[in-house]
Amino acid sequence: MLSVVGRYLIFLGKLFTRRETFKVYWNRFLDECLNVGTSSIFIVAIVAVFIGAVTCVQTRANLVSPLVPVYIVSNIVRDMTLLELSSTFMCVVLAGKVGSNIAGELGTMKITEQIDALEVMGINSASYLVLPKLLASIFTFPLLAIISGFLGILGGYLAGTLTGIITPEDYIYGIRYSFIPFNVFIAIIKAFVFGFLISTISAFKGYYTSGGALEVGQASTSAVTNSCIAVLIADYLLAELLT
Amino acid sequence: MIEIKHISKSFNDRKILDNVSGVFKKGQTSLVIGASGTGKSVLLKCMLDLVRPEHGATLYDGRDFYIGEEEEKKTIRREMGVLFQGGALFDSQTVHQNVQFPLDMLTEMPESEKRDRVEFCLQRVGLEGTGNRMPSEISGGMKKRVGIARAIVMNPKYLFCDEPNSGLDPLTSIKIDELIKEITEEYSTTTVIITHDMNSVLSIGDYIMFLYKGKKVWEGNSQTILDTNVPELEEFVFSNKALMKMRGEKR
Ligand SMILES: Nc1ncnc2c1ncn2[C@@H]1O[C@H](COP(=O)(O)OP(=O)(O)O)[C@@H](O)[C@H]1O
Ligand SMILES: [Mg+2]
Repeated sequence: MLSVVGRYLIFLGKLFTRRETFKVYWNRFLDECLNVGTSSIFIVAIVAVFIGAVTCVQTRANLVSPLVPVYIVSNIVRDMTLLELSSTFMCVVLAGKVGSNIAGELGTMKITEQIDALEVMGINSASYLVLPKLLASIFTFPLLAIISGFLGILGGYLAGTLTGIITPEDYIYGIRYSFIPFNVFIAIIKAFVFGFLISTISAFKGYYTSGGALEVGQASTSAVTNSCIAVLIADYLLAELLT
Repeated sequence: MIEIKHISKSFNDRKILDNVSGVFKKGQTSLVIGASGTGKSVLLKCMLDLVRPEHGATLYDGRDFYIGEEEEKKTIRREMGVLFQGGALFDSQTVHQNVQFPLDMLTEMPESEKRDRVEFCLQRVGLEGTGNRMPSEISGGMKKRVGIARAIVMNPKYLFCDEPNSGLDPLTSIKIDELIKEITEEYSTTTVIITHDMNSVLSIGDYIMFLYKGKKVWEGNSQTILDTNVPELEEFVFSNKALMKMRGEKR
């Protein structure tokens, strides 16, 4: 276990040594932003809207006391969405999508000697292949978290008002009631950290694949599980740190 | 000229290469032959410094590849072209982009010049007009050709091919062999080919090194190989019954 962490850290070091020119990275970065970010918008949007809607309906169903004002429902939806759903929950979903994609791609490149082909040309393959993915992840994950937070709250609004369990006025009042702007910042920080973890752990798993197609599959699976675990542990640590 | 000196390599205490030495000359197609799993690919990876051997040296025209300066190593790397076993084409790039890749990464050539050079190389391997296809859309033999085009795009002094005709039909194999032979003579490259194909051995073996369980047990060329008395090599060569008969008649 400890030696794996050691190898992971050495791998991280390798990403930042002997780099290529800025222009090479810029083009690769833009490609990866599309690959990692844009292609994830759909799944992130679906998840956010539904989780926001479910949170709203569930909260209302459990808050039956007449003493609690109705706007508390949207208040809870807002905090849940910003603090956990738009960052942690979204990143667990992205660990599945982005993580397996990265590990699968690098694993395939490894076993078909594409990585060797880069090394032979004198290119630092780890840096050339992984650094753009890492940068794209830490850039796009926070943007996705913002989209996710907005759509989560919107999902709650739609579910609440369309089913008539909360009036639009109450909902809007609730989400503005005792709003802490810092929570938005927390969501962004978390997405940034999780983006780093997911991209590097998955790349690490993929880059050190050996064997054949079977091992590429195993590398993808283990990239997803390890990324999820790392995200949840980091979530706990950040919660201790930031709140 | 490439010299390898006393190369030994183990993986997990298992000796894969044991004190292998040899000289590969300029303008010749040199073959490293042997059964599967004898360490041919590992030897190639040692020569390319993808795997660092525990002992030994690889000299490129006298320049030591393992202990040289970083700059010198970079220079040598630019002088190498490698065809990997499966072609190792980048899946996300077109054939044209694959061949152009070394030019993009390693040179400052203007775009139009790059395009001409890529077209020339694709033409040289008989693939003109396929530049826009993706690697997944072309056959195994074409992948090898694209791999060769990418290997020669930088005008290499040293050309390496790992099993250039594995997985190909006999006719395509012979064509690939001929292509490599022609390129070697045309540009006077030092060419090292890993193979276990007896057709290649007999037709393009200017120099042949036979590996058996990680050791070099014989060296010679395509003329001398049929007269061998080394039992391991006899077994390898005359697994082909027709060749066995040929030798019988000759004697
Ligand atoms: N990276 C590696 N780690 C451990 N063993 C390896 C590695 N690469 C090759 N081997 C072993 O070395 C032996 C020789 O392999 P190779 O050189 O690929 O054979 P071939 O002569 O068919 O090309 C094989 O038994 C293989 O399992
Ligand atoms: Mg091999």
